[in-house]
Amino acid sequence: MSDATKRDVVMPPASTVGVLGWIRKNLFPSWYSGVVTVILGYFIISNFIPMINWALFKADFIGESSADCSGEGACWVFIGTRFDFFIYGFYPEAEFWRINTLYVIFALLIVPQFFNAVSTRIKMVLGVLGVTVFPVLAFILIRGSETFGLEIIETNRWGGLTLTLILAYVGIVAAIPIGVLLALGRRSDMPLVRALSVVFIEFWRGVPLITILFMASVMLPLFLPEGVSFDRLLRALIGITLFQSAYMAEVIRGGLQAIPKGQYEAAEAMGLGYWRSMGLIILPQALKIVIPGIVNTLISLFKDTTLVLIIGLFDLLNAVQTTIIDPAWRNVAIEGYVFAAFLFWIFCFGMSRYSQQLERKLHRGHKR
Amino acid sequence: MADKRDTGAGGLARLWNDPTVRSRTFQILTALVVIYFLWTIYQNTIINMERRGITTGFAFLGSPAGFGIVMSLIPYDETMSYGRTFYVGLLNTLLVSSLGIVAATILGFAIGIGRLSKNWLVSTLSAIFVDTFRNIPLLLQIFFWYFAVLRNLPSPRDSMEIGEMFFLNNRGVYMPGPIPEEGFWLVVTVLCAAIVGAAVLYRWARKRQDATGQLFPAIRVGLAMVLLLPAGAFLLAGSPLGWDVPELRGFNFRGGVSMIPELGALFIALTVYTASFIAEIVRSGIQSVSHGQTEAASALGLRRGTTLRLVIIPQAMRVIIPPLTSQYLNLTKNSSLAVAIGYPDLVAVFMGTTLNQTGQAVEVVAITMLVYLSISLLISLLMNVYNKAMALKER
Repeated sequence: MSDATKRDVVMPPASTVGVLGWIRKNLFPSWYSGVVTVILGYFIISNFIPMINWALFKADFIGESSADCSGEGACWVFIGTRFDFFIYGFYPEAEFWRINTLYVIFALLIVPQFFNAVSTRIKMVLGVLGVTVFPVLAFILIRGSETFGLEIIETNRWGGLTLTLILAYVGIVAAIPIGVLLALGRRSDMPLVRALSVVFIEFWRGVPLITILFMASVMLPLFLPEGVSFDRLLRALIGITLFQSAYMAEVIRGGLQAIPKGQYEAAEAMGLGYWRSMGLIILPQALKIVIPGIVNTLISLFKDTTLVLIIGLFDLLNAVQTTIIDPAWRNVAIEGYVFAAFLFWIFCFGMSRYSQQLERKLHRGHKR
Repeated sequence: MADKRDTGAGGLARLWNDPTVRSRTFQILTALVVIYFLWTIYQNTIINMERRGITTGFAFLGSPAGFGIVMSLIPYDETMSYGRTFYVGLLNTLLVSSLGIVAATILGFAIGIGRLSKNWLVSTLSAIFVDTFRNIPLLLQIFFWYFAVLRNLPSPRDSMEIGEMFFLNNRGVYMPGPIPEEGFWLVVTVLCAAIVGAAVLYRWARKRQDATGQLFPAIRVGLAMVLLLPAGAFLLAGSPLGWDVPELRGFNFRGGVSMIPELGALFIALTVYTASFIAEIVRSGIQSVSHGQTEAASALGLRRGTTLRLVIIPQAMRVIIPPLTSQYLNLTKNSSLAVAIGYPDLVAVFMGTTLNQTGQAVEVVAITMLVYLSISLLISLLMNVYNKAMALKER
């Protein structure tokens, strides 16, 4: 570079570019902002470094019992020794392969959905398999079946993360069809159907899930004829499904309302009856719009499954909760909760990011 | 159906194809199915309850409860009735919900605005806060605060303290409680008068501004009135207020105002969890106001603060209020998770202990659900009224 060009091109002042410029612009744009930065920075450094030290550098990872923990940092040994319990609950160890098989199949069904290279057709097929064949297969594998020579394992031995996933999966798969019917009912021309749908939806939305679970566990047995009894897991599932279907109905109703009136009129003009115009014209479009909303209700359902511990089921949180009070380990509450929180966080954060991405993708055609 | 039409079998096919008839038939069928379903449930319940020897009716509400409750806003002891336990539980639910709503709103607005801050550190921290607490189940957070934090605090003997007045230990928080003495009524009266006066002043200032355009610092003057006048009255009456300072007696503190750790954990968890949702609502509300509004406001010569207060916030509120309402409802419903740590809310006291002792599941569950339904309907009603007042006035 010659001297002439150097003189002609006036470089921006050093304080506005590079690291220094970035710091000036983003951390100290004005004096009060700078004060806030300093206070927050001090707060982060004074808390964050001990936290990292506790969780990583002073922590113990390898070992068998509480004697292997120095007590200065986190005792991750605890998580390691109880890991199987957190994932499988009381499920017999010899049969873990059944659940593992399901996890693998589930991953095979889910993972292709995230890749654009996979054709829509394959995604559709996998999705349909996921809600039809997979639940049946999962039920046979987890519960066992005499005809296939699999030992029957009662529901009270299901637990851990597996149970959490079962609750969330059944809740969402069962809630969608009921939600569709309720949403259609709420927008029906028939006053009685509309009124019934509104009452049903608003009732389940108006009460906390806890009261529904209580109701399912103490009142459902009273509602059934003599001799018929449901097991505890099924009762919880019924409660969760009813609760979830009301929320699902509202999400789907949003989608139905977003479809322009012309679509309804066009379907009628084609001579389609109610069910065919809904099934072929309206619902495919409406459901596509509300996929992010469905994922969002799935996230809240996933978090809400923890409530089953109150009626005594061993989901992930309950598995953690019962092991941290084990007297053989001293003060492992924080480790246990951090681990459970991390697992829940991974699932929920992943799903919320997926839903955001989907929203952006789906918005393309509808943005005006 | 189709073949009926083909053969032209007159009446029936025509009837079936008549939309009114068809819709009526369908509705009658639906009604019959629903009635049959409810009737079966009713019958089964009656039979089952008779078989198990469960009494029915609401007479149990009058009989003595016989169990203690750790925290009560109204006088309660175990000789009182089950009906009384209902009120104790309900008030505790309302207490934690209203505390949570106020705190979550303040924290949520602060973090929501913080996410839009130009300061990178502030916006990043706000985003981390939201993404962390939104994605962890509330029950897990309640457990964390209760079992891992508050129960691990030092025992009352080694409590953390601030100036021998505020104490924090594993039994809760203890603060000095005010005791009004003779002459305190004067302060209260002056305070009420000052509030009324400030309101009148504000309306007068608005009217004058509408008529003449002259500004009057009504908010500042009003605030000064509300603060200074009662303070003057307080000094004039000879400081008629005593403090009941908590003291360590035996194994625990006595006196003052206390907050049990169950309430603390529930309050912190509900606040933090709901605030992370409110923050997102506030952020999207503010972002929904088009940038042209800000530019127009600065073209009119409004300052940044005034722009925010008079132009951005009122428009953002329209977007914010409906989802905010449902967050308030969620918080109230989520307060029922209290049962997991033993905070005596409506579900824990009434649906828990009372139900277990009386065995009258149907009545107790019905009353509890009815309460939550009424709270839900009431809050959404109030918010609808407010929403209507705030909505776009189209002329």
